[in-house]
Amino acid sequence: MSAPTAGHYTTTGLDSRKIAIWAFIGSECMLFVSLISTYLIYKGRSVVGPYPHEVWVSPSGEHFKPILNIPVTSASTFVLLMSSLFMVLALAAVQNKDLPKRTRGDRILGSSKLWLWATAIAGTTFLGFQAFEFTSFVHEGLTIRTNLFGSSFFTLTGFHGAHVTAGVIWLLTLLAIDYRRGLGPKDSINVDIAALYWHFVDVVWIAIFTLVYLIK
Amino acid sequence: MAHDPIHSDSASTVDHAHVEETHHPGWSIYWKVALILTIITVMEVWGYYVPSFVASRAFVPLLLVMSAVKFAIVVSFYMHLKYDHKLFRALFTGPLFIAASTLIALLFLFGQLVARFGPAR
Repeated sequence: MSAPTAGHYTTTGLDSRKIAIWAFIGSECMLFVSLISTYLIYKGRSVVGPYPHEVWVSPSGEHFKPILNIPVTSASTFVLLMSSLFMVLALAAVQNKDLPKRTRGDRILGSSKLWLWATAIAGTTFLGFQAFEFTSFVHEGLTIRTNLFGSSFFTLTGFHGAHVTAGVIWLLTLLAIDYRRGLGPKDSINVDIAALYWHFVDVVWIAIFTLVYLIK
Repeated sequence: MAHDPIHSDSASTVDHAHVEETHHPGWSIYWKVALILTIITVMEVWGYYVPSFVASRAFVPLLLVMSAVKFAIVVSFYMHLKYDHKLFRALFTGPLFIAASTLIALLFLFGQLVARFGPAR
């Protein structure tokens, strides 16, 4: 890490790229809190269903069950949490690339390709869950134009999904570099920055899962 | 080569930062963190399916506390904020504090949160 840090040092002695990603994450906090605020302010103010946690009967007498699918979302939450574990292991593998790998466990833990693939696959799986959820909502009559819940829900979770998509693309570019020339300790700052972004996307989902899905 | 105090100072600061950043935990901590996150998530979802717990006053505060604990654990251990420079902590917690304050203010403004002072009527 010392070589890139020396190349991008600031008067604080810290790497400018790492300062930049933390400043970016700080601004992203504000973006997501504004979206969460909008969701919470509009919560319970939809005049027509479907609703997130309540049964709804349409004017034509059609019955709708609560639209949120907690088991599916719990599974996708678990997948995203595990992706954060895979990401820190990818970073550790890159940072410790030069250390000798004596055991099979060392070789597994030291494989940056394995953990980057695992993170990207977990992120894609999460996106698959989200696509399934969005599709089933549309089939059940909830679109972004149906009611206040639909507008604020799709905007919030859609923005989050877009961030996950960007994160997966970022991981795939790191994988391409790893296959082309191999990622080593000199690249650890680049992987660290990607990891910070990925974990941020994870912590945003932690908040969304509780505030949107679990609190009735 | 003549001694250059400016560059030698920078180099020592860079080395210091380097030392700070290499003190990250390893697999032995990471898997425990993942286990704790999983357990808390299971508890949250389990609580959602217990009608008496959902009906109780403790439901929302407990969910918020569990979510905050998960948030703090990921930020501290996976994002290494616990081990990194305090400037990074300030860059994250500053905007987060402003955002959280704005969220609470907006919820009061739009009547989603109500503060009651004095004796209950």
